[in-house]
Amino acid sequence: MKIKTNDFAFKLANVNGTGSASANGLLMQAIFRMGIPVSGKNLFPSNIQGLPTWYEIRVNKDGRTARTSEYDLMVAMNAETYQADIKEVRSGGFVLYDSTWPLPKQLMREDVTFLGVPYAKLCAEAFADSRERTLMKNITYVGTLAALLSIDMEVISGMLKEKFSRKPALMESNQKAIQLGHKYARDHFEPLPMRLEKMEATKDSILIDGNTATALGAVYAGATVAAWYPITPSTSVLDAFKAFCERYRVDKETGKKKFAIIQAEDELGAFGMVIGASWNGARSFTSTSGPGVSLMNELIGLAYYAEIPTVLVDVQRVGPSTGMPTRTQQGDILMCAYASHGDTKHICLYPANPEEAFYFTVKSFDLAERFQTPVFMLTDLDIGMNDWVVPRFKWDDSYRPDRGRVLTKDEIEKMPVYYRYSPEDELGVAARTLPGTHPKGAFFTRGSGHNKQGKYTEIPDEYADVMDRLSRKHRAARNFVPTPLIERRAGAKFGVLTVGGCDLAVREAMDLLAAEGYVGDFMRVRGFPFNEEVEDFLAHHDKVFVVEQNRDAQLRSLLVLETRSPKEKLVSILAYSGFPLQAAQVVHGVRSRLAIGPAAQNVQEERGE
Amino acid sequence: MSYIKKPVARHPSLKPNKLGLTIRDYEGSMSTLCAGCGHDSVTAAIIRAFYELDEHPHRVAKLSGIGCSSKTPTYFISGAHGFNSAHGRMAAIATGANAANKSLHYIGVSGDGDSLSIGLGHLCHAIRRNLHMLYIIENNGVYGLTKGQFSASTDLGSKSKKGETNTQPPIDPVLVAISQGASFVARSFSGDKEQLVPLLKAGLKHKGFALIDVISPCVTFNDHEGSTKSYVHTRKHQLPIVEADFVPHAEEITVSYPEGTARTVKMHDGSEVRFRKIAPDYDPTNRKAVLSYLEEQQLTGEIPTGLLFIDEDAVEMHQEAKTIDTPLCDVGFDELCPGSAALDKLMSGYR
Repeated sequence: MKIKTNDFAFKLANVNGTGSASANGLLMQAIFRMGIPVSGKNLFPSNIQGLPTWYEIRVNKDGRTARTSEYDLMVAMNAETYQADIKEVRSGGFVLYDSTWPLPKQLMREDVTFLGVPYAKLCAEAFADSRERTLMKNITYVGTLAALLSIDMEVISGMLKEKFSRKPALMESNQKAIQLGHKYARDHFEPLPMRLEKMEATKDSILIDGNTATALGAVYAGATVAAWYPITPSTSVLDAFKAFCERYRVDKETGKKKFAIIQAEDELGAFGMVIGASWNGARSFTSTSGPGVSLMNELIGLAYYAEIPTVLVDVQRVGPSTGMPTRTQQGDILMCAYASHGDTKHICLYPANPEEAFYFTVKSFDLAERFQTPVFMLTDLDIGMNDWVVPRFKWDDSYRPDRGRVLTKDEIEKMPVYYRYSPEDELGVAARTLPGTHPKGAFFTRGSGHNKQGKYTEIPDEYADVMDRLSRKHRAARNFVPTPLIERRAGAKFGVLTVGGCDLAVREAMDLLAAEGYVGDFMRVRGFPFNEEVEDFLAHHDKVFVVEQNRDAQLRSLLVLETRSPKEKLVSILAYSGFPLQAAQVVHGVRSRLAIGPAAQNVQEERGE
Repeated sequence: MSYIKKPVARHPSLKPNKLGLTIRDYEGSMSTLCAGCGHDSVTAAIIRAFYELDEHPHRVAKLSGIGCSSKTPTYFISGAHGFNSAHGRMAAIATGANAANKSLHYIGVSGDGDSLSIGLGHLCHAIRRNLHMLYIIENNGVYGLTKGQFSASTDLGSKSKKGETNTQPPIDPVLVAISQGASFVARSFSGDKEQLVPLLKAGLKHKGFALIDVISPCVTFNDHEGSTKSYVHTRKHQLPIVEADFVPHAEEITVSYPEGTARTVKMHDGSEVRFRKIAPDYDPTNRKAVLSYLEEQQLTGEIPTGLLFIDEDAVEMHQEAKTIDTPLCDVGFDELCPGSAALDKLMSGYR
């Protein structure tokens, strides 16, 4: 049998609330520490305890770590989902299960090897406490997998030491459980024909989730006021922000804090607080998900029209309505681009992974203050809540925040008269003043009609003057948002354009397609408004596949609305049912459309092979 | 809101305050509200209060939501930054503003629609946080800008201008505020400047959330017979129960009260509020007693006014959050950004 080294995928089926998340995290981290490119996708229910939950791990020596559902191994620890889980393993694959109880015959497959370990029995004999028996069962299979897949036991043991350095009792039971599972596997099974071998590929990388990275970006950008309302999957942004602030922003002598975190009464309130804090000159942000952005829509218009810099992080989840709160989607692209009533258009940043989330968060604050407007950073549940292997973040100490045009007391003093919305600079931005600076700088901020002096108006020309400038300002921002990422191939016959967390799957698909003779250029947009590079890419391809994770082709719509490209040449490939995108879906989408010829606009979830 | 600039004219006899500013320096644009509107009297009282407190105009931040009442910040202190925000959202915006810069004086002007319907949630939570601000509700029991609908503060049985009778019980902002843990709650009447000005001054000096519910009749839509928020009705049923005097820090106390009837509460900056209880058993520092007294009065239809509740020991938002003394908006970037060395160290923890 051919041995697959550092190139396979496996899935772990668990019951949530039993400690499986930490066991699975441990596995992924061990592989990462062995220097092998790896990804972990937590496919969890919107529930605290008792429902099925899954975790997928893909290792790939070439760094192709997008999600795949080609499982070589299933760790089936949840009897309730045996049937579906066993069905999912690829032919020739393996199933590891708890053999304390016999597996029903009808679940057996001829083309799959079953490996039974009596986990419940082993743990019942080894541990006295009933809760411990449940929790340790999960750690025990880590030991088994270490034996089956050749995971370095020293790495695991080192990790347990770090994790439980202050809880020696826990460390002991974890070590014991690992050894139990490891020994049983060694005594009963041969190593599987898929192996892990140490590499050096992750030496300069870290393992981090996007929400932590976002929070860290906000700390490094100098944000001092955060207002939010708890919502999955963005809650951990604020949890992490709080933890970092407690670490870096507490005065050592007095114990006093250089930050304010306000858990608001609702998302309306949260965004109102961000507006208030930014109005007073603090860098301030909120983090939320789709339903929260829906509520914030009202005040987003106020911030846009009154020109108050604000930063909003949208960790997208599956909508509409409550939707599937623990599943991923890119369903807020259009809402964020045009959020609020009346004519509004916003600056949007689309990071693809935690690394970009860190740098783009910092950028969001600079753009918000430079353009005096709301800036949206859109991540998603996959980027935000899953751990990713990305290069270590670096910080340039010469960085200074771009505070945009803010007048000092002396500057105001020297002016004969100050008007809020004129004169404008080449970007269409006028200087603002902060409350408390100087009586001559005082003005009335309002969401009602105003002229370029900042006075109330209902005069058509005066109203239009301001609205036209806001439009110019938005257009000017196209040269300041992150540029698209482009990868060209010699002899490309088509383009593939994507956004955010689709990145890895689409790039893998481009390689697979090229190997089949379908050669295309790749572009990932990273900011809105779109710049000339996006226009050029569209202009230079007769056919551009637009890959995104929503039903209504929102990115394609935005391209149709906001670029010169004729819509006929933009062909959608869509995946929107809640799991991270797979290369197979993109390959299938592109190949089938190229084979069939000019395709109609697709309105179906791409099923893959 | 409509906006008319006032002519600059100064009467030589106008007395300057300690900053050398006259009362005209605390005025704003000309009001465009209906002639006789209660809100204009409240504006005049606000102007007087700030003038008498010798506050620097530019150290004031004035915020409002949307509605007739919310127009009024334009009509006072033109040297202060103003924020006429969105309907019902002022308390939230003030919360963020205060979080960023605690060194300004925050005054919010709202109405019964803005505060008791669309913005009730934000109001309650600003109270819970004990946000350091003066929050005025210009309460006229009616939606004025949309021409005469009942509001959440319209009393049971009160009649609209068109003759409809309100059948839903009112939300009393004073009761809401006290039960939510507010630390300074007063009620007054726009027609009673003698009572209102000292209340405003005390409210501005209170460290924490000061709510003043001011019955402020709407001459156009709610001043008719059958309305319980008309001038006539309010004058007839106003029941001053606590008379408050605001005594600035280090000023000699000249008023004398009969022994046993006066009490003094020290404000955080050293100034004092002295009150004289008109209702003999009323104790504005006893939350439980105050609530039960006000609930009883609600049934009689009388309108108790004055400084109804005060707790000068309550912890305000920044104290609770333990923020540094420097306003957050003034903290330098170098103090906020941990820098590259800290990041390198941190990154090693994500292995």
